[in-house]
Amino acid sequence: MSGEAPPVQASGLVKRYGQIVAVDHVDLSVHAGDVYGFLGPNGAGKTTTLRMALGLIAPTEGSVQLFGRDPMREGARALQGVAGFVEAPRFYPYLSGRKNLELLAALDGADARERIDEVLTIVELAPRAGQKVGGYSHGMRQRLGIAAALLRSPRLLILDEPATGLDPAGMRDMRLLIRRLAGEGITVLLSSHQLPEVQELCDRVAIVDAGRVVYEGALADLRRQGGAGYLLHTTDDQRALSVARAQPGIARVAAGERGLRFEAEERSVGALSLALAGAGVGIVALMPELATLEDLFFRLTEGGNGATPPSDEGELPVARGGERGFEEANAR
Amino acid sequence: MSAAAPVAVAAARPVRWRRPRTLTIWRWELRKLVSQKRTYLGLAIGVVFPLIFVLAENLRHHHGGGDNIFFSEITQSGLATPVITLLLESAFLLPLAASLVAGDIVATEDGNGTLKMILTRSVDRGQVFAAKVLAAMTYATLAVFLSALTATVAGVAVWGFRHVVTFSGSVVSAPRGLLLVFAANACFLIPLLAVVSIGVLLSAATRNSAAAVVGTLAVTLLLALVTVIPGLEGARPYLLTTEYNNWHGLLRTPTDWAPIWHSLWVCALYAGPALAAAYLVFLRRDVAGG
Repeated sequence: MSGEAPPVQASGLVKRYGQIVAVDHVDLSVHAGDVYGFLGPNGAGKTTTLRMALGLIAPTEGSVQLFGRDPMREGARALQGVAGFVEAPRFYPYLSGRKNLELLAALDGADARERIDEVLTIVELAPRAGQKVGGYSHGMRQRLGIAAALLRSPRLLILDEPATGLDPAGMRDMRLLIRRLAGEGITVLLSSHQLPEVQELCDRVAIVDAGRVVYEGALADLRRQGGAGYLLHTTDDQRALSVARAQPGIARVAAGERGLRFEAEERSVGALSLALAGAGVGIVALMPELATLEDLFFRLTEGGNGATPPSDEGELPVARGGERGFEEANAR
Repeated sequence: MSAAAPVAVAAARPVRWRRPRTLTIWRWELRKLVSQKRTYLGLAIGVVFPLIFVLAENLRHHHGGGDNIFFSEITQSGLATPVITLLLESAFLLPLAASLVAGDIVATEDGNGTLKMILTRSVDRGQVFAAKVLAAMTYATLAVFLSALTATVAGVAVWGFRHVVTFSGSVVSAPRGLLLVFAANACFLIPLLAVVSIGVLLSAATRNSAAAVVGTLAVTLLLALVTVIPGLEGARPYLLTTEYNNWHGLLRTPTDWAPIWHSLWVCALYAGPALAAAYLVFLRRDVAGG
């Protein structure tokens, strides 16, 4: 049963703290092999959802299943093949990095202890493994957290902001490591504030806002939904502008320094290319204009009260403040 | 981080699930205690007090006095020392030592966020709880017997390994006296483990180490106060603090077992509900700290 079950399946997940609804009927489905991005502003309910997934807190309603097992019902057995950390990984500061891993390996059973040297090497902490964790930098603790997760030979890795607090080199290395782990067949559920990181690593995403999922699906689909814009560069942009404006189904044509931009449905684009050829205008480049994840994220989450999920037609709400930096949004 | 390092061995390898034994978790709880400086504070109480007591008594010119026959026997036999120190430490110092760990053992992990780390491994919450209770009880036991050993060695070193007179006035040989001393300490563990249980409950419920330690001591002190309130004499046999003296029956001839049996069920009335409540709190709690 659990062999074919998805790594993560959340259904109608709700968590209330008194009057506050931290997680509001969240449905998630992480498929085997996914690198699944879990995005949302601070306080959107990401960490609470991950805590429920790991059985650390009980849902008010709904359930989460990991490989078909419910951590709230089956306890540690449901976490078989699952590893990761929520918020920053925490260790015993008075024990060395190695001792911490030995402790966790003892709690994992099986052959986890035999892999301590190996995982310390992977995260490049072997030379510092004998030092007490109390003296570790934030980045070293993050790496030790990854090492602790790898001890369990996970099939599902749940990482909550793994790059937070790392320097640029550390962030790059973390991305590379996650990509390699994914390449080994590990399903990764990655909660992150680093939108470029998610855009680079993830194939599927869920975006949560105020406890609700406002988008779940393939990242490529989301980016396609971001707009029906196209960029066109021709041998004669002035003439192409006239042709495009006269063409049915082509809207919002504008000339820019690097060609034309217009909006259209796919079949109209085909007709335009034929019309341009008929007018003797050569097409140098014609490409869909993909929205960045950052643009889409803000459109979905920054609408404030006006934010709405994508419509069936795939149109997203108009971005408000979409040009604003992500850090600025976080600081609000 | 070594992105180029081989990851395959560590990752995605099917592993047969095997739940670690609770004793393994208990051993690691003890290792954690051994690695913390605060652990030694409670043990130091049990070691330093008998040494100071022996030193002070050795310097005094006049001995004896008090209701307890062992006070007048201090210089007659070194075996009187561990009996007197148990009598003196049992009211406050040993419960304090036990509370230091019992009140801390869940709350600190919660506050530091390490609880979420161990609860996402291959162990069930019940196992972690059991290991923590066992570790706190092991520590209390160690504190009591370390104190008894220190008092015995110091007393015997100063006043000799001689026969000792019991509460009923009979004389027992030194080897039998030694056995009785450690049996008395074992009996004292009965109420002390109930104190540990209350400490674990407060530790799990308050999630605050200081509050749990102070709260545990406050409970024992309040129970002690009840014994002196006029009109509440009837409650006295059922108070945990009264059971601190359950071992007196061992030092009579013939041995009076009744106080020990009595303390077993009275202390169970304190420890049982406290542990059950602590277990339920621990099992059902949301681990959101750290």
